[in-house]
Amino acid sequence: MAGLRDVGFWGTGSYLPEKIMTNKDMESLVATSDEWIRTRTGIRERRIAAPEQATSDLAVEAGRRALENAGVAPEEIDMVIVGSCAFDMFLPATACLVADRLGARRAAAFDLETACTSFIYGAAIASQFIATGMYEKVLVIGAEVMSRILDFTDRNTCVLFGDGAGAAVLGPVPAGQGIRSIHLGADGSGGKALSIPAGGTRMPVSEQTLKDRSHYVKMNGKEVYKFAVKAMDDASTIALEKAGWQPEDLDFLVPHQANQRIIDSAVKKLGIDPSRVEVNVDRYGNMSAASLPVALDEAVRAGKINAGDRIILVGFGAGLTWGSMAIQWAQRP
Amino acid sequence: MSDIFEKVKAIVIEQLGVEADEVRMEASFEDLNADSLDIVELVMALEEEFDIEIPDEDAEKIKTIGQAVDYIKQNK
Ligand SMILES: CC(C)(COP(=O)(O)OP(=O)(O)OC[C@H]1O[C@@H](n2cnc3c(N)ncnc32)[C@H](O)[C@@H]1OP(=O)(O)O)[C@@H](O)C(=O)NCCC(=O)NCCS
Repeated sequence: MAGLRDVGFWGTGSYLPEKIMTNKDMESLVATSDEWIRTRTGIRERRIAAPEQATSDLAVEAGRRALENAGVAPEEIDMVIVGSCAFDMFLPATACLVADRLGARRAAAFDLETACTSFIYGAAIASQFIATGMYEKVLVIGAEVMSRILDFTDRNTCVLFGDGAGAAVLGPVPAGQGIRSIHLGADGSGGKALSIPAGGTRMPVSEQTLKDRSHYVKMNGKEVYKFAVKAMDDASTIALEKAGWQPEDLDFLVPHQANQRIIDSAVKKLGIDPSRVEVNVDRYGNMSAASLPVALDEAVRAGKINAGDRIILVGFGAGLTWGSMAIQWAQRP
Repeated sequence: MSDIFEKVKAIVIEQLGVEADEVRMEASFEDLNADSLDIVELVMALEEEFDIEIPDEDAEKIKTIGQAVDYIKQNK
């Protein structure tokens, strides 16, 4: 498009809480087994935030590391977006608290909630502001303290998720590099499949909701699984097509980390070699909005993604939502 | 052997990574070492191949290759 700038990732960062909770530890909370969790999901352990840590605390750490990695000072940031489904509180926006703590004094700041797809949505929004020239540098963070919104008496959900944060600084890159295509989608008719029913305006907290534990994550696993397998395949294909790439052009895939089985299915359909796919679900579980930026950061720091590489980010989540992005990784300016 | 059986067989081999001679009409998915998530993906592949929708209640009742073939015959 005439007059628009190309946009890429200047730097990435992540933060994982220290405390590790293994599948064995889960066995003492709910009727489950290491074997069940490993074979159905690939998860071995997950991180759990310390009692005094809230989502913004994880977000600030990840944000600081992304700024360092990008070589950008906090005052240079024009906008801070925090994607999550477990914000510090209803009001104010967690992004405002994070921008303040980071010293991003010039920045606009807001929260974004498209669940596990939040990072892709956030990066997509950031890219539009930069492409038009309105902003230069945007910090996008995905951060979650899932352990505060999980029902640790429900084995269908509590074994699947973990806490963490990942971030990226986006900015302009040389023409022809950076983000080559973006695809976003949503279908609220599937909203019930994965939700936190109570605690909002539909069902305010009451004695009854506390008794029903409906202020925690509820999920229909099978329905989400079916949706996820299809969404990963469709969204990756659309990102490839929009970028004008063939599947064999793809150097690296960074998928949302919900379940190894969902990743395997997408990898098989795309025909990409599993050695060129980033996986961290075994170590961190599903960190919702944080999974993708953490995976991206670890892949970049491990040298698995290099300038010139063609990569795809793809994810799905509650909403239902999905999204994908084809990126020709650009050298940091 | 029907055309439908051959198509189902090909999908089962592809999805479950089993040998062709294991895929007989009387073989159950359990015999073929499929867990619940394998079966979800298998059902999705069958739905796509035969352009049908298999509701979860029906899918739960399909335990063998033969039952899958019969179900497809009746609902196609
Ligand atoms: C959650 C998931 C692994 C469950 O797998 P599944 O095969 O669909 O499992 P089901 O819910 O059918 O349960 C199968 C059995 O295992 C049991 N089970 C469920 N969770 C269990 C656990 N943690 N440990 C042991 N057994 C468990 C069920 O109770 C059920 O037992 P039953 O047959 O006696 O009733 C799978 O559905 C999934 O990954 N879905 C997608 C979830 C997701 O990605 N969410 C986040 C989106 S961002």
